[in-house]
Amino acid sequence: MAVVTFMSHDGEQHEAPLEEGSSLMQVATNNAIPGIDADCGGEAACGTCHVIVDPAWADKVGRSGPEEEEMLSMNPERQPTSRLSCQVKVCESWDGLTVQLPEFQM
Amino acid sequence: MSTERAVVVGASHAGVQLVTSLRQEGWSGDIVLVGDESALPYQRPPLSKGYLAGKCSLKELAIRSEDFYVKQDVEPLTASVQSIDRSAGELVLGTGDRLSYDALALCTGAHPRRLRAEGADLDGVHYLRRSSDVERIREDAIPGRNAVIVGGGYIGLETAASLRSSGLHVTVLEAADRVLERVTAPEVSAFFTRIHQEEGVDVRTDASVEALVGDTRLREVVLASGESVRADFVIVGIGIEPTTELAEAAGLVVDDGILIDAHARTSDPDIVAAGDCTSQDIPRYGRRIRLESVPSAVEQAKVAAATICGKDKELAALPWFWSDQYDLKLQIAGLNTGYDDIVVSGDPTRDRHFTCYYLRKGEPIAADCVNRPRDFMATKRMLTQGTAIDMAALKAEVAV
Repeated sequence: MAVVTFMSHDGEQHEAPLEEGSSLMQVATNNAIPGIDADCGGEAACGTCHVIVDPAWADKVGRSGPEEEEMLSMNPERQPTSRLSCQVKVCESWDGLTVQLPEFQM
Repeated sequence: MSTERAVVVGASHAGVQLVTSLRQEGWSGDIVLVGDESALPYQRPPLSKGYLAGKCSLKELAIRSEDFYVKQDVEPLTASVQSIDRSAGELVLGTGDRLSYDALALCTGAHPRRLRAEGADLDGVHYLRRSSDVERIREDAIPGRNAVIVGGGYIGLETAASLRSSGLHVTVLEAADRVLERVTAPEVSAFFTRIHQEEGVDVRTDASVEALVGDTRLREVVLASGESVRADFVIVGIGIEPTTELAEAAGLVVDDGILIDAHARTSDPDIVAAGDCTSQDIPRYGRRIRLESVPSAVEQAKVAAATICGKDKELAALPWFWSDQYDLKLQIAGLNTGYDDIVVSGDPTRDRHFTCYYLRKGEPIAADCVNRPRDFMATKRMLTQGTAIDMAALKAEVAV
């Protein structure tokens, strides 16, 4: 089973199975991963599902789109590989993917 | 000694977040999530949008997958709750069965305010709160038909946008002199009226409903002015009322919602509450407020779960809201209650993107951002963390 690892700001690791076709946010919320708030349920309206993709995976996962970019641009913890996880559709071939969670979701 | 049991009454946004947070905060006992709908808990905001338009299934709207409840060892229970027996620590279910609890959370939500007008019980008069409501509306929502929306608030306007986009003739009836009258500045109301008119919606203000007329099925809506509007069906969106009967009957303090403190505790410190059914004193705004929003339900649920687990967490998040209509994404940061001035960036009389900042005594307190996610995030950040937006500079810029 393909697995993604969510790394919290203080280094705690949580693994979750990658379900093809789900969003990365759904993977997180369906597995009760702490630190992904997802207030708006996946509408790219709130910016509270921010993750920082391991740079080695950035090309595979894809870069943020224009709408996402607008939401992320004001975020002080923003990194070059930042994404809103609700906008990332996951693939089962991404076994071993690691994403970092910011200290605060805003 | 038997395992402790937490019971959460109400299985929507607040209830689902509460059971999630209970596990995250370390609750190791049983968790029962009691709901009165048989479907897996689903997201309500898309009901008036994608679900009404038939663009997504209820399964796709599940707040958590079926798997989640198994993995987190949460027992969903479809049942109605008749009463709370606080002295025994038990719920009395509709079936007469009793369910004991060691910790209790009330997330009973809200229900639509009923239209008081003659003929309001005719076939073809709908409300919109649950998936089953939308499924009934969808049977009536055939392209080319006449839909009349009573109420020009967010639900009414979102519904109007969805139905119009699906090819129906849509009339919005608002009793006040402008749409969104309770929640936005006149400039923002004028913007949404313009957009809906451009999309072909007939927006009527100062339009109170006198009667709904038909034989068994609705035919027309008669206004107080004497005018009548042809209607194949009506959707009433004139606000929601908190569902508090259970709490009231149990003797909890209710004031336009189950009153909770900063730890989401009700007047009985052993019972917490979260979501649309609650009201709370918000220091930031200096008043008691019932917030009707998913983000607030989620925030209250997190705090309530922490309180149950004996942890010290307080309600502090900035209220925020969103609404999708046509290609417009409205994001609202903060509450504009008590504003005495506005600054508008952009031209809402012409464009489809702008931000309306609300100020009180020169200080920004909220912003309505239409297709301006950057402004929304900047305002959210400013109001949360105290980072500054230079309102004087913005004002000067707008004045040019």
